[in-house]
Amino acid sequence: MAADTDKLVIAGREFSSRLVIGTGKYETYQQNADALAASGAEIVTVAVRRVNLTNPDEPLLVDFIDPKKTVYLPNTAGCFTGEDAVRTLRLAREAGGWDLVKLEVLSDPKHLYPDMEETMRAAKLLIADGFEVMVYCSDDPVFARKLEDLGCAAIMPLGAPIGSGLGIQNQVNIRLIVEQTTVPVIVDAGVGTASDAAIAMELGCDGVLMNTAIAEAKDPILMAKAMKHAVKAGRHAYLAGRMPRKKYADPSSPLAGLI
Amino acid sequence: MKLIINGETYAELKADMSVLDLLTYLNLPKAKIAVECNKEIVPKSGYKTVLLQDGDVLEIITFIGGG
Repeated sequence: MAADTDKLVIAGREFSSRLVIGTGKYETYQQNADALAASGAEIVTVAVRRVNLTNPDEPLLVDFIDPKKTVYLPNTAGCFTGEDAVRTLRLAREAGGWDLVKLEVLSDPKHLYPDMEETMRAAKLLIADGFEVMVYCSDDPVFARKLEDLGCAAIMPLGAPIGSGLGIQNQVNIRLIVEQTTVPVIVDAGVGTASDAAIAMELGCDGVLMNTAIAEAKDPILMAKAMKHAVKAGRHAYLAGRMPRKKYADPSSPLAGLI
Repeated sequence: MKLIINGETYAELKADMSVLDLLTYLNLPKAKIAVECNKEIVPKSGYKTVLLQDGDVLEIITFIGGG
């Protein structure tokens, strides 16, 4: 496949960038917007929260990142039951008109692992309600298959706990999920630095979603740029097909004709 | 009348307010929010016609930064 015609297609929508970035933890919305520009990402995750009634003039995310130019992917962060998730995303759909959503139903705040039972239940409810569900899930190929069978638009296994920056902890599982899945697989959570994103892409993932790795870098704008290159480099390496691993050395210069 | 909005009590609102009247009173940007009244979404098309009742519980949301 030619690298320049290589597109990410989610629920019929085509994207040139395979990087999805979050909008949390930045010092300012302006810094967030600058990081977005540097990252080349076309999708951002956003949270749904109560408006500030005491200060309606507070800066709004939409004033810095234009939802007409960048796809907003509303999440269900902070929801611990399927009903909470459905309620939140119905409101998001009413506010923005988007049906492409990120479902995450978390469990214990200590590790923020997805509650897969509730995630499955919420996915069913949302799909029945007409949502295109990109689903944050454990890196378990069995649940990944079940979520795909339910009709999720993208499977998004964690690489490591949210915000940990530990990198892809279980490459075997991520690879198994990639091999069995026909919708896009996007590693969501756990990326700490550029090489982690490249590894995810080299494993054959269709994209990488990250927030903290960029937002909490010393220079978020430069890290956003690094991630853009890492995702591309990893994708190209995957498409190119790596050389086989060998147990012993193999000289690059011919041994014949030595003086 | 009294309304509970985003968990806060607003005790002295005038009666027969529509959702639109309330949003104007609160000075909120109508294009960037969504409103839920007693756990039912109020569609934007209903802002003018839906009249709020004493004791209604409202949630008004918007998008903020998140992962």
